[in-house]
Amino acid sequence: MSEGIKVPTVAEMVAQGEKPDILFWVGCAGSFDERAQKITKAFVKILHHTGIKYAILGTEETCTGDPAKRAGNEFLFQMQAMANIATLNAYEITKIVTTCPHCFNTIKNEYPELGGKYEVMHHTQLLQELIDDGKLTFGEGAFKGRKITYHDSCYLGRANGVYDAPRRILEALDAELVEMKRCRKNGLCCGAGGAQMFKEAEEGKKEVNIERTEEALATGANIISANCPFCTTMLGDGVKHENSEDKVEVLDLAELVAQAKDL
Amino acid sequence: MQYLEQILFVIVLGVAIFFFTKSVKRIRRNIFLGKDKEINDNKPERWKTMIRVALGQQKMVVRPIAGILHILIYVGFILINIEVLEILIDGIFGTHRVLAFLGPVYDVAIGFFEILALLVLLSCIFFLTRRWIQKIPRFHSVEMKGWPSKDATYILLIEIVLMAALLKMNAADQVLQAKGADHYIAAGSFPVSQFLVPFFEPFSISTLIVFERVLWWAHILGILAFLNYIPFSKHLHIFLAFPNTYYSRLQPAGEFSNMPEVTNEVKLMLDPSSADPNAPPPEKFGVNDVTDLTWKNMLDAYTCTECGRCTSVCPANITGKKLSPRKIMMDTRDRAEQLGKEKDRLGSEYHDGSSLHDLISKEELWACTTCNACVEACPVNINPVEIIYGMRQYLVMEKAEAPNELNMMNTNIENNQAPWQFSPADRANWTKEI
Repeated sequence: MSEGIKVPTVAEMVAQGEKPDILFWVGCAGSFDERAQKITKAFVKILHHTGIKYAILGTEETCTGDPAKRAGNEFLFQMQAMANIATLNAYEITKIVTTCPHCFNTIKNEYPELGGKYEVMHHTQLLQELIDDGKLTFGEGAFKGRKITYHDSCYLGRANGVYDAPRRILEALDAELVEMKRCRKNGLCCGAGGAQMFKEAEEGKKEVNIERTEEALATGANIISANCPFCTTMLGDGVKHENSEDKVEVLDLAELVAQAKDL
Repeated sequence: MQYLEQILFVIVLGVAIFFFTKSVKRIRRNIFLGKDKEINDNKPERWKTMIRVALGQQKMVVRPIAGILHILIYVGFILINIEVLEILIDGIFGTHRVLAFLGPVYDVAIGFFEILALLVLLSCIFFLTRRWIQKIPRFHSVEMKGWPSKDATYILLIEIVLMAALLKMNAADQVLQAKGADHYIAAGSFPVSQFLVPFFEPFSISTLIVFERVLWWAHILGILAFLNYIPFSKHLHIFLAFPNTYYSRLQPAGEFSNMPEVTNEVKLMLDPSSADPNAPPPEKFGVNDVTDLTWKNMLDAYTCTECGRCTSVCPANITGKKLSPRKIMMDTRDRAEQLGKEKDRLGSEYHDGSSLHDLISKEELWACTTCNACVEACPVNINPVEIIYGMRQYLVMEKAEAPNELNMMNTNIENNQAPWQFSPADRANWTKEI
């Protein structure tokens, strides 16, 4: 129903003498990775639906430098960071939302010292705010009675202490949240953080994403919800590995919201 | 005879304090082999963290069984030390139960200490069974073989011996009190040691005095010996947990500090006008040896009591990779000790040419997902991730020894502004499909 959304770039807005209220930082995964693009699109549909004045940087956006930093390449990180900060400051951006907890963490915590001071939100926080403000309402919940488990990403959870916003969204969707034993502060990593996404794991007896997926499947939920494009990929691979893709879906909270709103 | 005992006691006490002070100086020096870093912001928050985490044992009780037993030993340790104070005074001045003038308060206190002593003793036995009968896996992982495992067992055994000596001493003492022996004034209440009385009852006063003296000496010598054992053991956490939690990282766990020396270099490249042209070029990037860590990383290492909660929640370790956050801390401390000893022998400028990388392999370092589960799990706020991260920086920026895939990722970021090989021009292509 929402075919043909025009996603505005900041450059276009500025050319028309306007400014976005909030910049949507898409991130590399959200821009290029096929699975993550679905999350990006779902989130854009929600932004569009709620009438928020948002924009993206488009081709002016570049990697935050997070994976380079975690991999120990501080030079490359700071090069990326300063280039991005120059762009963001030139457009006088003050508020940023992103669907990637790694981008969220880096821009929120590591950019300020380098001159990039913004109000940074993770998309689950914005979604929760929209729900609280009544700008995003759900009728007879599409997920009523559905068993959903939730995977805390390390960089939203332990790294930044955001545990409740995503759960509040699930509550609003009327879903039955079934927690894994390792949740919130004790959540188990999906295995992708610290630049692990981009390399093979060291030798061991198991892959981390399989360990985590098994725990998620053991809850009996048929939806594993997540908040991070990397977690979504890792857990999606895990579900395939366990031959459960017919029964269980791995979905970002933005996708759940978009589904519930039939966007 | 009595003066001889007092003189002997003062000498023993002096020697014990001398060697303990020496050990404290050694540890202090080793901690400050680490780099200077100012950590004194937000003092109220720091005090709160220390009170919550160290004094209040907040993170210990996350695992309730170990947590509650640990609190018993901890409370016992602190309160029974009040009695040790009395023992010290008695030893120096030849008095007996010098604080007995407190009357009922004293009786209640001694009775309470006895109950605590029993609880400590039972907790230690329970801990030993967890370690050696139940064989909880985290006490038996690779890095625990040999000394670390013995160290843990010795500590528990010593505590059992000390508590047993205290209770038996009280038993002998109360029999002497009952028999009206000189010097043994009637004082204290003995809810636990009263059950040991039948064992001492049949003996004569003179034999009992020998028993009581031997047990008294055993108790205090045990304590002084233990005091001097602690600085060579993982048990240091009983002191260092307090400063270590006070100096905890207060920033979000996800914030990895930016290297200021890199900032200036990058500014020189991108925007020379904002850079400091006179800043000295950086000497070294990242962590090669313990001398490249901060003193707080070193304090972390000396505070670690090797409980292994970090390793038991580490996703890499759980799935069989070599990385163990506990081993990172143990290696750091071992290396600090080694380097410290060499500096003692060969002068403070000496460096043996080996490094922390000789103890911690690349395989361990690259297995970390930086998930911070270890940091969250540590009951005394130790941060192994900072050390791992610093060592990665050294591998990448000094040695160019990143795994190949990560080099490719970095090249992609440099060339395509994304970690994958996509054209930057295609970044917004998804907008056309919506």
